[in-house]
This record gives sequence, C-alpha cells and structure tokens, in this order.
Amino acid sequence: MSRIKTCFDRLKKEGRGALLPYLEAFDPDRETSLALLRQMPEAGADLIEVGVPFSDPSADGPTIQLAARRGLKAGATLKGTLELIQDFRRENDHTPIILMGYYNPIDSYGVERFCKDARSAGVDGLIVVDLPPEESEELAPHARAEGLDMITLTAPTTPDDRLKTILRKASGFVYHVSITGITGTRSATEEQLKAAMTRLRAATDLPVVAGFGISTPEQARTASRISDGAVVASAIIKEMAATYDEHGHATARSIPTALEKIRSLARAVRS
Amino acid sequence: MPVNKPITSQLNSLRTGPDERGHFGIHGGRFVAETLMPLMLELEKAYNHVKTDPQFQEELDYYLRHYVGRPSPLWHARRLSETLGGAQIYLKREELNHTGSHKLNNVMGQILLARRMGKTRIVAETGAGQHGVATATVCALFGLDCEIYMGATDVERQKPNVFRMHLLGAKVHPVTAGAGTLKDAMNEAMRDWVANVENTYFLVGTVAGPHPYPAMVRDFQSVIGTEAREQIQEQTGRLPDAVIAAIGGGSNAMGIFHPFLDDADVPLYGVEAAGLGLDSGKTAASIARGRPGVLHGNRTYLLQDEHGQITEAHSISAGLDYPGIGPEHSWLKDIGRVNYVSATDDQALDAFQTLTRLEGIIPALESAHAVAHAIVMASTMTRDQTIIVNLSGRGDKDVPTVAAHLGVKL
Ligand SMILES: Cc1ncc(COP(=O)(O)O)c(C=O)c1O
Repeated sequence: MSRIKTCFDRLKKEGRGALLPYLEAFDPDRETSLALLRQMPEAGADLIEVGVPFSDPSADGPTIQLAARRGLKAGATLKGTLELIQDFRRENDHTPIILMGYYNPIDSYGVERFCKDARSAGVDGLIVVDLPPEESEELAPHARAEGLDMITLTAPTTPDDRLKTILRKASGFVYHVSITGITGTRSATEEQLKAAMTRLRAATDLPVVAGFGISTPEQARTASRISDGAVVASAIIKEMAATYDEHGHATARSIPTALEKIRSLARAVRS
Repeated sequence: MPVNKPITSQLNSLRTGPDERGHFGIHGGRFVAETLMPLMLELEKAYNHVKTDPQFQEELDYYLRHYVGRPSPLWHARRLSETLGGAQIYLKREELNHTGSHKLNNVMGQILLARRMGKTRIVAETGAGQHGVATATVCALFGLDCEIYMGATDVERQKPNVFRMHLLGAKVHPVTAGAGTLKDAMNEAMRDWVANVENTYFLVGTVAGPHPYPAMVRDFQSVIGTEAREQIQEQTGRLPDAVIAAIGGGSNAMGIFHPFLDDADVPLYGVEAAGLGLDSGKTAASIARGRPGVLHGNRTYLLQDEHGQITEAHSISAGLDYPGIGPEHSWLKDIGRVNYVSATDDQALDAFQTLTRLEGIIPALESAHAVAHAIVMASTMTRDQTIIVNLSGRGDKDVPTVAAHLGVKL
C-alpha cells in the first residue's frame, strides 16, 4: 500500500486530521533544508510537501517567492531536490513526501525520466501547480506507471460539475486551495471551508486537505477538523527566514525556530 | 484589389488554429492553476460568443474608426527606399493610432468584451508601457478601475509612459522581483488576477498567456494585416515580397502576418531582439536561443537554463525584453512558414536614427528592430520588389533612452 494511503488510514483510526508542513528545497542551503526535512516528522509532520524552487512562481506570494529565490541561489535544481529526498529516505521510510512545484522544470527534465527518478528517490505524490487536468495527460500516465499519486487541486472557483469531472481521475488525496489568491496572503473563514468541504465530499471519497492562508495553530486545528488535513507553508518559512543573517544564511536558531512552529501546529492538530 | 484565393487553399489554411484546447502544434495550451481554469473556460466561452456576434463587431468597428483612428495608412517610404537602393519599403503606420502604438487595437477589443462580462476592474502587465497606456486609456474612457503591473527596471526606463498612466487615472505597481521587466510584471498581474477573480478582467497585452488569449489577441490585431494586404494591392497592384515585424510577445507581428499566412509566396519575417548579440548571454531572442517550455500559461520557445529555470532576457527595448514568444509564432517557426531573424540593440539604434532622418518618422525602439531588418534585406532585393514593415509604435517614449545611448544629456 502507498505511504499516502497508509498515513491517512492511520489518522482516520486516530480520529484526527493531518498536518502537512511545507519546506522549500535548498532554502537557504541544501544542508539546512535536509536537516530540517529529517526532523520534521518527529516534530509532528504527518506528510511533508517539498517545494521545488522555480524562477517564476506565479501562484505564490512574497514569502515563497523569496524562499524559491534563496533556494535557486543555493543551487537548487529538480535533480538536486530529488537527491535531497533520497537522502531523507535513508532514515525515514514511512512519512509521505509530496513534491510541489511548477511544470517547466519537470518538462525540461523529461516527464518519463522524471517520474522514474522521483519514484526511486522516494517521492509519493506530485502537485504541479500550473498543470490543470486539461493538460495533465502529458504527465499522468508516467506518474501512474511509477505509482506516484497526481494530487488534484480544487479551488473555490471550481464549479460543482467540474469538481466531479476533475476528481474522477484524482488519486492519493485532494488539495483544496481554500482561497482565491496566492500563497501566504489571506485566509478562508470557517464557514467558507465548511461549505467547500460539503461540495468536495459530494464529489470524492478521497481525503481532502486544505491549504493557502493557514498560519496559526488555531487555524490549523480548525482546518484539520473540517477537512482531513492542513497544509502550512508560508507561516513556517516566514518565521525561519526571520532567523537568517543579513546575507540570508541560516543561523543556529533557524532549524529550531521552524521545528518549534511545526510542534505548535502539531499540538493544535492533535488536541 | 484583393485577390480571392481559390477554395482549395482554404482547405489547407494555416489560419484555422488553435485547436479547441488552444494548441498550435505542440505549443500553446492552458497551463494555469485550478483557481484560474474555470475563468479561462468562461473567457473562452464569452470570446467565442462575441466573435460571431455582429453587434459586437459593429461596436468594435465604431471605436476602431472613431477613437483609435483606423484604418492606419500604408506609407511608401521613398527616401529610405532610394537611399538603400533596393526594394520599395512600405510602412504600416500603427504608430498613428491613438496612444501611439498597435496596442490599442487589442485593448479596444478586450475592453468591450470585459464590459460585456460585467467586469469592473482591469489589471494588465506592461513592458514599454505602451500596453499599460492603452489599457489606462480605455479604462478612463469607460470609467473602469485600472491596475498596471510594470517591472521596476522598465518603470525607470519608460518614465514618460509611467506618468501618462498616472494622468489617465491608473495605479502603476512597480515589480521588483527578478530583473524587474515584463516577465516579472506578467507574474505579478497573474497573482493579482487570482486574488480578485470576481470582479477583475486580466487584459493581456500580447499573443501569449493561456488559451484563449493568444488567439483572441491575434484576432483583434489582425486588422493590421487585413488593411495592409488590401492597401499594398491598391498601391502596387500585387502582394508584397516580404512582410517584416518586430517580436516581443508577438502581437503586432501576428496581427500583420495572420492575413498573409495563406499567401504561400509572401515571405514573412519576425525580428527578435538580439540584445547585445545572440551569443552574448544578453539577448531576448527566444526562438533563436530558446527551447520549448511552459511559462505564463502556455508552451512555447523560452529562454531557459538546462534545468528549466527561465533566464532573464535583455533588450534595449523594454517592449521586446521578454524570454518567451507567443505560441502561434513557435508553431509557425516549427512548420517553417515564418522566418525568425534578429536585430541587435545597436542595429535598432541605427535604424531609429535612419528612419527619423529620412522619413521624418521617429519609430519606437521595438519597431526600429523591424526597420533594421528591412534595411538589411532591402539592399539585397530589386527596385521593383516591395517590403511591408509594421511600424508598431512611435518613439517619443524612447527619446530619453536613445539620448542616453548617444551620450546626450537632456
Ligand atoms: C511599439 C511596440 N511594438 C512592439 C511591441 C512588442 O509587443 P508585441 O510583440 O506583442 O507586438 C511593443 C510592446 O510593448 C510596443 O510597445
């Protein structure tokens, strides 16, 4: 069984939603992001999203834009990100890893080779922000062949009939972008999220996680109760980035700060 | 008089693209986040509707004629032609449109569509500021909120246009990400749109972006080629021996090329900005130095590194300073229908001065790239041959830049 399915089955038994923290690969350097990645599960990450830095992250707000820029400056590539995950897998064989990014680096790598390499590095799922179902047939067959889940994104703007069609092909879990907007800006209200979940539950039996605009433990608790999990990205990156020195380099406080943020989110999700 | 093509050539027409999913060969498509996808489908539906609505066409024709100032003349540039001693050069005078460039043709079409869709807030990206000015202009005309995203570098080198947009009531947001040029402005405009989908219309300024933008912008710009094709036949009795246009995203070029695509014996030339030279690493020539990839909603030739990261473009002309090109051009390149060539910053500066001195027309630096290629080509052709150059805009906005390059302090 896939790590993703095993994870959500276990959480269902525990009666709680998942915490999915996000980490931008190579932010601000390879060593720091690998060390953080390794310690995230123990701090309470149920699944981890690893962001692949891209030069033009048009769906991201300032926090992730800056993280991507630092990552690229530190030499991040898609290949380098897969190697990072491979290193992580030497010590951890159970925490699902979802690769999140934009399509061009994958397209450039070659979709078939990418899916093979991602699978052997230990990736479990793919979120490709700018590859909607209309275009995903370029990648989906190769992902399927390697047992990688192509995570479907839904949005408040997705009409009901479209939800049904796009979720028919979904696997792993569904990622609901809970606001119309970019990452790290505004947040959805409880009512909005509840209304969205009603629509989503009617369209799919897969677990549904909520993301975009979740930053406090309180918001993470609410989101993980209404849906099946909360994705937190910008809030963690922002607190960690505040510890960098004036050259943008990591300091002794960087990893502990990120882990403390993840712990506080995890406590809220579990309470 | 226009020559009617025999029906057989219509069957193999190059003018029928894209397919229903927005693909031109391997290029184009709709690579956008799910939040935007339903909007793209809605926009496509709305556009397909107005395309065949005679009332919309009538309304558009009215504004093109009485507000934009169409048709634009086709000017036989005799002194320039004589000086070069070769082909006769004709200038399609898009710089005479209201606001000084071809940009208003597209903006007029899209603003009428946005109004029909009930949108009250307009966002747009701009490079040279010509598209921003055109957009701010129609927003003033129709009383709509207008937000323009412009790279910080471009804000600096196109100050006159920035002030014009302010005067017109638009809010100009300088974008500091990346190199602060058109690519970054495009990213930021998309971010604004995603966050304000309810009331906002994204008025794309070139034949790029997700489907249906490349096709829609081309259709609105095709008025250039439709007029030019008739005018050249009226003036010379036949079709031209070459059509030349500069390429940023490719809208003025697509606009003039499209009505000629099925005239198989009319060679078409798209002039990319070579910047400091094709191999200088400081270029904007995405076809000459790029490879296909996905950016800003479509697959097309892009300047990118071996890892699929988009690299910065460079051109003296802000309007050509873009690492991509519209997907229909990429397809026309793949099938070999259009020749893609380039002109350097220096060639454009020379052409800028030559045209100004010989014809009394100050071209935009963008358009000067097309003039530069005409100068190269004309002397290799005979005096009874003709070239049409799309003079996409006028150069007032570039006077400070040119002065700086010539070492003149204003
Ligand atoms: C006068 C002029 N010509 C050409 C361009 C390039 O755009 P496109 O290739 O879409 O015509 C611009 C863009 O700003 C422009 O202002």
